[in-house]
Amino acid sequence: MMEPVSDRRPPITPQLALRVAIFGGFAFALFAIVFFRLWYLQVLSGDQYLAQANSNRVRVLPIPAPRGKIVDRNDKVIVENTFAAVLEIDPASLPQQERDLAAQWGSDEGRRDAKPEGHKGEPIPIPGIPTAALRARYQRLARVLDTSANQIHREVVHSLVLVPYSAVRLKTGIPRSILAYVRERPELFPGVKVSQTYVRKYPQGTLAAQLLGPVGAMTKFEAKEPRYHGLPTDASVGHNGVERAYDKYLRGKDGIQRVQVDANGRPVANSTLKNTPPAAGDRVRLSLDLGLEDAAQKAIEGPLNPGSHAGAVVALDPRSGEVLAMDSFPTFDPSIFTKQLTDARYKALTGTGKEAGPLFNRAISSAYPVGSTFKPITALAGLDAHLVTPATTVDDTGCTQVGEIKRCNAKHEQYGTIDMVKAIQVSSDVYFYKLGILEYYHGGLILQKWARKLGLGRDTGIDLPNEYAGLIPDPAWRKRLANAELACRAKRHIPADAPAAQGCGISDLRQYNLGDTVNLAIGQGDLQATPLQMAVVYSALENGGTIVTPHLGLDVESPSAELIQHLQSDPARHVAIDPADLAVVRDGLHLGASTPEGTSGDVFGTWWDQSKYPVYGKTGTATRLGRPNDQSWYAAYVPDAKRPIVVVVTVEDAGFGAAVAAPIACKVLAEYYKQDGSKCSPGSATAL
Amino acid sequence: MLARIGDGAVNEPPASRLPAGLRLPFDPLLALATVGLMIASVVSLNKTTGALGSAHSFAMRQAVFFAVGSVIAIVMSRIDYSRLRELKYGVYGLMIAGILLVAVFGGVTKGTRRAIELPGFEVQASELCKVLLVVALSAFAVDRARGLGERDTTARLVLVAMVPATLVMASDLGTGLVYLVILLATLFVVGVGWKHFAGLIALGVISITFVLVAAPAVGVTVVKPYQVDRLTAFLNPSGVAGQAGYQQNQSRIAIGAGQKTGRGDRATQGPLKFLPEQRTDFPFAAIAERWGFVGAGLVLSLYALLIWRGLRILTVAKNLYGALIAGGIVAMLLFQVFINVGMNVGIMPITGIPLPLLSYGGSSVISTLLAIGLLQSIYAQGRATAAAKGRGRPF
Repeated sequence: MMEPVSDRRPPITPQLALRVAIFGGFAFALFAIVFFRLWYLQVLSGDQYLAQANSNRVRVLPIPAPRGKIVDRNDKVIVENTFAAVLEIDPASLPQQERDLAAQWGSDEGRRDAKPEGHKGEPIPIPGIPTAALRARYQRLARVLDTSANQIHREVVHSLVLVPYSAVRLKTGIPRSILAYVRERPELFPGVKVSQTYVRKYPQGTLAAQLLGPVGAMTKFEAKEPRYHGLPTDASVGHNGVERAYDKYLRGKDGIQRVQVDANGRPVANSTLKNTPPAAGDRVRLSLDLGLEDAAQKAIEGPLNPGSHAGAVVALDPRSGEVLAMDSFPTFDPSIFTKQLTDARYKALTGTGKEAGPLFNRAISSAYPVGSTFKPITALAGLDAHLVTPATTVDDTGCTQVGEIKRCNAKHEQYGTIDMVKAIQVSSDVYFYKLGILEYYHGGLILQKWARKLGLGRDTGIDLPNEYAGLIPDPAWRKRLANAELACRAKRHIPADAPAAQGCGISDLRQYNLGDTVNLAIGQGDLQATPLQMAVVYSALENGGTIVTPHLGLDVESPSAELIQHLQSDPARHVAIDPADLAVVRDGLHLGASTPEGTSGDVFGTWWDQSKYPVYGKTGTATRLGRPNDQSWYAAYVPDAKRPIVVVVTVEDAGFGAAVAAPIACKVLAEYYKQDGSKCSPGSATAL
Repeated sequence: MLARIGDGAVNEPPASRLPAGLRLPFDPLLALATVGLMIASVVSLNKTTGALGSAHSFAMRQAVFFAVGSVIAIVMSRIDYSRLRELKYGVYGLMIAGILLVAVFGGVTKGTRRAIELPGFEVQASELCKVLLVVALSAFAVDRARGLGERDTTARLVLVAMVPATLVMASDLGTGLVYLVILLATLFVVGVGWKHFAGLIALGVISITFVLVAAPAVGVTVVKPYQVDRLTAFLNPSGVAGQAGYQQNQSRIAIGAGQKTGRGDRATQGPLKFLPEQRTDFPFAAIAERWGFVGAGLVLSLYALLIWRGLRILTVAKNLYGALIAGGIVAMLLFQVFINVGMNVGIMPITGIPLPLLSYGGSSVISTLLAIGLLQSIYAQGRATAAAKGRGRPF
């Protein structure tokens, strides 16, 4: 047995004292650490954590701001807003599986999207509807909304990924009867709410449809653009046209609804958070004259275009570049974008690969050879290089030899001995073939230089997206094409010397030659220019060498129509044109539109008051490969001291310029100068 | 070495008309810290989880726990703790039985087996067993106090503590660590040599390496993945997905948002439940948000006072047994406060270790009050003995 150990002890031993001191020191150190940490969190970084706590508990929902109106130069409303009923589904009413699925898909797709271009791989498909009960719910909704359960599921998942706590918008613009049906049966449609939203309204119908552009939730690509930096990912923006160009003025500022929520995201009742009201967008005033726009649309849609061929009309103020009218035919009703759009209808709008659809703004995005409307450029280039003088004459016998090929006027028309004015007036191809040959051998690339100087082959700078710069064929371009062809052939193991028919179809590998310049001299061949570019060229002829920047935007005004700012377009360029040279070209153009021999003389006939509103016009008939018929062009201006105008009309596959394009332009001019447009008649001239 | 004569009987102070127990003194500062923390707990629970009036509110229930615990503490403080030394085998056996009972019949709470479910309430036996370990281990240490230089002594004490520590750790790593801390504190206070400590530390490092590196390498999972998550979340809370990182983040936001003087009724992290487990694991953060640096600092000061008094009582104990019990209890409380508050402020990993007196829960509250009662008993006995010997007041 062990002796019981006593533990009675005298006053504390030195060893214990030491150990208690160490113990105490240790405890002190621990408390000091915690105190300093507490000080750091609460006193030094308290503000930052307070902000985090607030962002934790406050959910911000946007209150949409009404977009600004778009009006024409005379205050006529082109685009305004209206309310539409929206069917929404509350995300809190969805089963957890659906939300988990959305979160998983969103993070997978986000990871895929973050990979560099070319390594992204296939888009990740959205998994199917997770529960049978949800499928039944979606199917009930789909029957009412005329869609499919899977489509609803996809929309729900997309929306949950973007903004997890905001209501999922199922359909906008629901008829009253369906709203009532859904509202009365909450047991069949749990979580479905009806709310109101702003949608665009177009009181002018199809007028100027292509210029306006649809408005809707930002796309994935738009979200990455710097111009939309700082906007919420579901912000509504203009996708195209004026709505896109002036989005920052029209957009307004969404208000903010602040909702206090608990940790599960459920709103807390009676929270006293301040809301910020939305600020309506500003009004944008366009230079368009709706009266003229309407005349242009009616003219190109009407009996003057018997084949209802596609085309475009552009009317500019040649001094300022203000666009007075711009019409692209065929057109569409822009309000279709405020409703759900089926794929088939959308495809019909965008057109097939071969033929552009009604969405396409042919005035700025389509480029074609321009036919004889190009001839003033050839004339100015020749005169400027002193290759010809105004008095130089050519004996037009209907045909001429160009290299080894004989080329002729349309229908082998013979004009006899003609000088430049006459050549423009009657649109003699022989004269301009010969001038082209001179320019090729003695001028080098003066034709290309003048075309570029006057505004072809480059963007006009109009305040609309999707402008096409067109093409001026030159040796460098031919070389680029040939190189591309050779690279393609090397890739596909086609011999470099194989005939063109077996190649890639990019180029026939021939070098730039005389034929190219001669084609260009009469606006044929590989030249591509938009109707708007031709309007800029003819503006320069009218104003004596100023290359205007066409623009639609005039002013930004407050919602109550007070001026905020004038919209500035890019400054105009000036091209030095010898006034004597210009006078020759102008003479030719005026005689062309005002005399019986002129190509468009019979369009304006004797009824048009040429002394008051002298018309300077040029027909054009462009041959396009693979098309059933030539393309009809007319470019004209009236140098009225107070209200000058340039009008360019093109109609695809419609034949001679005098026959279709010229009378349409006549209608537009007649509307502008209050002449009797019903007398505008198709011309009989068969010049190109 | 400590040579002692006589037995552990108390020398009664001069006769008085009051019953013996009531004539014993108590440490007023320790009582102040204890009462202060109990008030803080009830007030905080009342604010964060609803009115005190409701009989089933957490504040009300906590108040009941405090009442029961206080009675136990007062009774304990009037008893001479030295008698417990004779019951060491019983105490030790009770502790092991309690732990095994939980392991076999315990209900599963958040993935771990911690509590015995009785009708109406649960008993978290591992909480009470901490105090029992202090009592039993101190007794064994006193028995071996003569052989302190021997490796055998250290080994036996380690073995005595490691048995319950391992059993607890199997289901609850954090509470198991408290057992280890009690062991270390007992060895430290009893006077085990530095060499033995060095050896223990080496052993500890080896076993941790084994558990974390070697065992997973051969395919044996000792530490569960969620435990690793919790232990590493505090290093980079926003980087750790899932619960652990979220909790640590929300706790820091709550504390930081409290700033100097607190958000009062404008508090959001707690009331809107962004702060998780705020009654049990994160009560400190809830207080820090509502009452700011002032309130949280006051609570910390009360803990500091508690620890200081504990250490002071260690030095006035009438015998080694008392000093060891005091040392064990102080180490236990200090460890729990530091780990829990450290986890709240984001410098310690997430563990389920409750904050003494502030965490809601009967087992924890009653065990802590029992431990404080023991401290008061040691103080009372120490004072009484000193008075009897005619020495000056130790305080």
